[in-house]
Amino acid sequence: MNEYVIIGNSIAAVGCVEGIRKYDKEGKITILSKENHKVYARPLISYYLEKKTDLQRINYRSGSFYEDEKVELLLGESAAKIDTASKKVLTDSGKEIPYTKVCVATGSSPFVPPMEGLENVEKKFSFMTIDDSLELEKTIDKTSRVLIVGAGLIGLKCAEGIKDLAGSITVCDLADRVLSSILDAECAAFVQKGLEANGIEFFLSDSVAKFEANKAYMKSGKEVDFDVLVLAIGVRANISLIKDIGGETNRGIVINEKSETSIPDVYAAGDCAEGFDSSIGAKRVLALLPNAYMQGHAAGVNMAGGEEVFDKAIPMNSIGFFGTHIMTAGTYEGEMIEEKDDVTLKRFFVKDNKLVGYMLINDVGRAGIYTSLVREKVSLDTVDFELLKKVATTFAFSKENRGKKFGGVV
Amino acid sequence: MKRVYVNEEWCLGCHLCEYNCAFANSGLKDMADALKGKNIFPRIHVEGDEKISYAVSCRHCEDPLCIKSCIAGAISKVDGIVTVDRSKCVGCMTCILVCPYGALALGEEGTMQKCELCAKNSCGEPACVTGCPNKAIVFEDRG
Repeated sequence: MNEYVIIGNSIAAVGCVEGIRKYDKEGKITILSKENHKVYARPLISYYLEKKTDLQRINYRSGSFYEDEKVELLLGESAAKIDTASKKVLTDSGKEIPYTKVCVATGSSPFVPPMEGLENVEKKFSFMTIDDSLELEKTIDKTSRVLIVGAGLIGLKCAEGIKDLAGSITVCDLADRVLSSILDAECAAFVQKGLEANGIEFFLSDSVAKFEANKAYMKSGKEVDFDVLVLAIGVRANISLIKDIGGETNRGIVINEKSETSIPDVYAAGDCAEGFDSSIGAKRVLALLPNAYMQGHAAGVNMAGGEEVFDKAIPMNSIGFFGTHIMTAGTYEGEMIEEKDDVTLKRFFVKDNKLVGYMLINDVGRAGIYTSLVREKVSLDTVDFELLKKVATTFAFSKENRGKKFGGVV
Repeated sequence: MKRVYVNEEWCLGCHLCEYNCAFANSGLKDMADALKGKNIFPRIHVEGDEKISYAVSCRHCEDPLCIKSCIAGAISKVDGIVTVDRSKCVGCMTCILVCPYGALALGEEGTMQKCELCAKNSCGEPACVTGCPNKAIVFEDRG
């Protein structure tokens, strides 16, 4: 009987389990979970603070998931080493778990660069786990002045999450704009306006030079008084298990389209992995939930003897703040085509007669039609792009293509 | 399994399927109570122009991207039907970001809704099919 070990217990791990079980109903699956929780929908930790979900509904799978899938879940257990000679995973608590195939799904950890005086700050948090969210909930009240370092996806979702709990929220970032990883200057300015209208204050192109217990001295010379500090500067992939044993790593654990690492019988998936990004034709870490699931699923299928290739990963995000909704996908190269009015902004990027990327603000309905053009690298000769610029509609496809999409099983 | 299919040649573009869909999913017994003077939120949409039209609803894909992409774990397959647990959905719209057919949309309450083949309401068979005046929408097993 095959013995599968999955190190990590988040989305990639679930994808891996569900992939394995498509081909192997009986093999033993063991999951090591550093966090003391069954799998939860990690991106929902900010929605928990907004009370749009709760500790029950945030569960990513049903309560009987582990039983149903015949998975042994070891909570509070971390892997210390993968011993490829004896084919065992050694845990921090001294367990030795034999594996036929192992999947590393260890995610990422908050990255905090050295900052002067940070040790003087008593109430400081990351925003990566449900425990972070629960701690913030306990700590913040209506008198709290919160400083968030980092205006990226994590920092801004945190800001939205705590808006009604906190007294005031200030966000700073070294970048000159919000969401700098997914938006250009104009789109970012559009989004920033909406955040400011909801009382969030920004210090951009600025960073903290020095902390005192309740004060940040900015490089610009400004000072920010705060009670609670959230560090959302960035994340680093957790690659040490593979790096330590000489496997190929870069920013993430390097994997191929089957989610295999450079080490036989060892797979990796999710935010710890560096897989193929078809939008740039090269490997990079794409720390996005759909990619985590799909890499995990491909890993699971291949671990169990099936064959699955996941080679269509692209960057893509759907994210909203206080009613402003943003969707982005692909890369922002080539010719930019813009459609906008007072409340919406759409930017499409066309290169070599293909839609290679887009940013949409407040006009996001049916955006998956655009995403499919990017993902499938559809030649724009075959669609009515003039129509698509105005509205996402399948009517822009040829009759023959529509027949394929809607005439049979897809 | 049986799915909803639309024949472009027969679709009149009358939008009646949209009204029947909204009514079927309203939970109300009277069509006027359900629809009159209200914004409707159907799960099927007529597309096209003056000459060609057809209605689009969920394809219930073999390998649905929406299920794999849902950040809340709110979408699953129940007896082959791609189904949203609206109590778990937070309205993040990631499913809209990935669905190539544009088959999902926010409902009135800000959570996602989509065609579930009228399996959860009292119709039994998809209301868009039974109400289509030109039999352009069919409920068939095509594999």
